[in-house]
Amino acid sequence: MKELICIVCPQGCTLRVDEDHDCAVTGNRCPRGAEYGKQELTHPTRVVTSTVRCVGGLHPRCPVKTDRPIPKELVFQAMDCLNKVTLTAPVRTGDVVVADVCGTGAAFVATRDL
Amino acid sequence: MYELIVIGGGPAGLAAACAAWEHGLRRILVVERDRELGGILNQCIHNGFGLHYFREELTGPEYAGRFIRMLESTGVEVRLDTTVLEITPQRQVHMVGKETGYRVEEARAVILAMGCRERTRGAIALPGTRPAGVFTAGAAQRYVNMEGWLPGRRVVILGSGDIGLIMARRMTLEGARVLACVEVLPYSGGLTRNLVQCLQDYDIPLYLSHTVTDIRGRDRVEQVVVAQVDQDRRPIPGTELVFDCDTLLLSVGLIPENELTRQVGIRIDPRTNGAVVFENMETSLPGVFACGNVAHVHDLVDFVTAESRKAGAAAADHVRDPLRGEGPVVEVAAGAGVSYTVPQRIRPDRAAEGCGLFFRVDRVLGQSRILVRSGDRLLADVSRSRLAPGEMEHITLSPALLAQAGDSITLSVQEVGSQ
Repeated sequence: MKELICIVCPQGCTLRVDEDHDCAVTGNRCPRGAEYGKQELTHPTRVVTSTVRCVGGLHPRCPVKTDRPIPKELVFQAMDCLNKVTLTAPVRTGDVVVADVCGTGAAFVATRDL
Repeated sequence: MYELIVIGGGPAGLAAACAAWEHGLRRILVVERDRELGGILNQCIHNGFGLHYFREELTGPEYAGRFIRMLESTGVEVRLDTTVLEITPQRQVHMVGKETGYRVEEARAVILAMGCRERTRGAIALPGTRPAGVFTAGAAQRYVNMEGWLPGRRVVILGSGDIGLIMARRMTLEGARVLACVEVLPYSGGLTRNLVQCLQDYDIPLYLSHTVTDIRGRDRVEQVVVAQVDQDRRPIPGTELVFDCDTLLLSVGLIPENELTRQVGIRIDPRTNGAVVFENMETSLPGVFACGNVAHVHDLVDFVTAESRKAGAAAADHVRDPLRGEGPVVEVAAGAGVSYTVPQRIRPDRAAEGCGLFFRVDRVLGQSRILVRSGDRLLADVSRSRLAPGEMEHITLSPALLAQAGDSITLSVQEVGSQ
């Protein structure tokens, strides 16, 4: 039995995950917690948020995020691929900045208009 | 003459202005001192916003963007790059802006939505030399996320508030090494999920019951000395740890920004450092409302939005019916274990659907009862499995409860089980 804190939302439920019984989760207050508990023990993932260079806008950086969680071990590789990107304003929320991040199928998308 | 002037264009001001528009006001002005709307959300590029309000997980800029677009779909007037200097009891708002110069605008209602700012090194009297490299976490966040500068390479963070934790991860992702997060209290001030996803994920050690006892370096921070503290928060000699670093980030609390509020003579609650407010976020000055972090510091923007929508709707009511009498008032007192409540005053005849009550506890508690009493009568008894100062709590007082409340109620918490 493994105890972990759910990071899906700010409630921070304490989850107990039974590794011997197909990673059955208790202590979760919503279905997303059950999913997270199982995922965290079998194949942890994270949404990555960062910024990329942007020219011609109000600010020199544009915030981005992966449009879905990516494997935790690829987080730093994903960060590296952002260093090569320069956007040119105008940028719209949701614009794809990097497609298929590190072969995961996830994309980095812009999270603001700039 | 405006119907409503909203001071501040962050999440509180945006939600308040949108709600006032929805409730029928048409001459609304939002005054914002920055070059753009959105406030602090613009630099909070991490995700986790909006789970309550939008039922999905957004980043700060996305959350702000939705409200900015909502506001743009209304006829609300926005004045950017404009600072409010003073408000008067007659609701004249003195402001100075780059394009518009010095203006005095009048309004039937005013909403204070100025937010808060960070406590600094001076506010906590940190010893040591005064080199470059000591930043508040929020200042560092702006440098990294909006301006594209990395403020340092080897970092110690004092304080385990959410901004500090978020910056521990952010600096790590950008290639800096975060050596330690140091918290003077025996528990973290931040959300538990942030301890997991910001510190544990990157093996950053958290030193609880520790503080910074010395900052060394002439031009730039070279070392930070950290020591354990006793129950009275005094450093224990012999427990010092020396970190070689070039940067110290401070995440040691937020203070509501209430200069305008104080200046006009609105009653301030010394516990929240914000205005004393009624159930609809009205302050002691009729027609002036306060919402968001200027009223009390929130953990979640979703709650700022909900509170500010309430203020916006109430401002619209005030404009329609400004002479409505005060009526009976229930004073809400913070009893044992409770550090503050918002609102502090409730007018039952204006809370026909009951009244939500936000509060914080003053220490970490396990299984607990939340008790509402009037004199020695127990009016409500609610249980919670865990309470922590870093997580704002909320209960709803029913109209039936308010009818029995008399002129005052006391909210207290009592631990019943182990942690």
